[in-house]
Amino acid sequence: MSTTLPQRPLVPVPTIAGLDVTDSSLRPVSARRAVVVAFGALVGAVVLGVSIGPADVSFSAVLRVVASHVPFVHFHSGVSRVDADVLWQIRLPRVVLGGMVGAMLAGGGAAFQGVFRNPLADPYLLGVAAGAGLGATLVIVAGSRLSELLPLAAFAGAVGAVTLTYLVGATVGRQGATVSIVLAGVAVAALLTAIQTFLQQQHAPDLQAVYGWILGSLTVATWSDVVLILPYVALSAVVLIAHRRLLDVLRVGEDEAESLGVRSARVRLTVVAAATLGTAAAVAVSGLIGFVGIIVPHTVRLTTNASYRVVVPVSMIGGAAFLILADVAARTVLAPSEIPIGVVTAFVGAPFFLFVLRSRRVGRST
Amino acid sequence: MISLRAVTVRYGSTPAISSMSEEIGPGEWVGLIGPNGAGKTTLLSAVAGLVPHEGDIRVDGAIVSSLSPKRLARLVAYVPQQPVLPADMTVGQYVLLGRTPHIGYFGFESAADRRVCGELVDSLDLGPMSQRPLATLSGGEMQRLVLARALAQEAPVLLLDEPTSALDLGRRVEALELVDTLRKERGLTVLSALHDLTLAGQFAERLILLAGGRAVVTGKPDEVLTERSLTGHFGAHVRVLCSDGDLVVVPQRVR
Repeated sequence: MSTTLPQRPLVPVPTIAGLDVTDSSLRPVSARRAVVVAFGALVGAVVLGVSIGPADVSFSAVLRVVASHVPFVHFHSGVSRVDADVLWQIRLPRVVLGGMVGAMLAGGGAAFQGVFRNPLADPYLLGVAAGAGLGATLVIVAGSRLSELLPLAAFAGAVGAVTLTYLVGATVGRQGATVSIVLAGVAVAALLTAIQTFLQQQHAPDLQAVYGWILGSLTVATWSDVVLILPYVALSAVVLIAHRRLLDVLRVGEDEAESLGVRSARVRLTVVAAATLGTAAAVAVSGLIGFVGIIVPHTVRLTTNASYRVVVPVSMIGGAAFLILADVAARTVLAPSEIPIGVVTAFVGAPFFLFVLRSRRVGRST
Repeated sequence: MISLRAVTVRYGSTPAISSMSEEIGPGEWVGLIGPNGAGKTTLLSAVAGLVPHEGDIRVDGAIVSSLSPKRLARLVAYVPQQPVLPADMTVGQYVLLGRTPHIGYFGFESAADRRVCGELVDSLDLGPMSQRPLATLSGGEMQRLVLARALAQEAPVLLLDEPTSALDLGRRVEALELVDTLRKERGLTVLSALHDLTLAGQFAERLILLAGGRAVVTGKPDEVLTERSLTGHFGAHVRVLCSDGDLVVVPQRVR
């Protein structure tokens, strides 16, 4: 372990406090490179996301349209009204929302893998998906006049499911041992999914709508969706990133973390609450997009560093990039019709997941 | 340094430690011996604040049950019998975890924290492997590693649960010599469960023989390691021999 002063990088590198790129024990080059690569991927994904679509608009037109919307700056983009609207009202909110959803699903997955010390944990582990699915199904079968309430119902269902899981799981076993919480999550998810399936079968005409929501989509993304989930996403991201060092302490198990002075049950509750808030907000506007929460954090782990100081922030950046790209694929592969984005993430995710399972790291402690 | 008064620990309704009282002075090395299930690990966990107890446990005058985990972790460093060693964590990252009690909730290691760990890593001969993942370490290296993490807490009390159980004979002596050296250098108070009775007699200044959750014999090694008390409480026939001033405990087969 080096105690000499770090050399300043010649090129300013985006750093995150605590993700100490000069710490030799964190394999500096790979940690720094991971941040740079993830940022690069995100920038590339955003450029692709806003440039690709049925209307042929150049990237410089995109920049000019964005500049024309900067408050207090009177700038005329010179882009046709229709193109400007396509960009500003359709593509940009879709890319931004996709980025936020991807960041939450990947960051939430990384956080859940940390607090449950389980490489297979994803943000849906404690019933978020089942709860959101039930909430959305209730609104859809209740009739179209309530469709405005769908995000709220999905959000409430997701948060309610995790609360129920925690209330049951954390009160049994030794001080709410993680195993009993995970088992309670399985039971709650099964129960809510059973109710959701029953409702769905009783309302066959709505089957298509329910199914479409479950597979996930960013088709109708608007700026109001972005504004709607922004507070939750921001809060969740800040709390998860702030806990990245403590997630590393939890890697040695609850007892040892406790003997190092960390109240592990409290850390776990805070992290679960933050990840659930962000994930619930994400699924409320995008439906149930699978696999992002597993494949993105594992890619970061396998390619750079297993420390949560790296895994949490880099997963968020990479998750945003991944989902924006998946959405580009979803709307271009069979254009003009769209593939559900959940199908795209799973189509990429399932083979990748098999690769993760085969790799020797899985099965060991995370 | 460690003071126990009428300490009882229950799992459910059965007491694992019954009304135990003991005083352990600063800089002392006290060994806990006794058959499996006697309560050695339970007692260490109670002093580390990991299991609730009745009665009074004080460390350096402070009541353990009223201290925050962080304050306690600055007084007591605990090494469990089988520490969790995340396979892909590096040696350097693992030792840094020991600084946790000195870092704020949202804080990160300071240069001073890194210096403390760097010195420990060097003094325990872990320097060349500071970048290696834990999965690649040998048993002896792992033992030095967990000691380094515990010492990084800079706590005056060190609790060790069977620190040598996974080691071969040479590494056992080496590990205990290391603990003894560190204890003398840093003035640490050591309370450790020890399986190997001969080594317990060689290294601990005082022994507590636990049986059924009670301290049945306490005293200097030659007062505790007697054929009568060991045979009675371990359920085995033993001979205690003397070799160059050291006591040697030899199990006897019953034929």
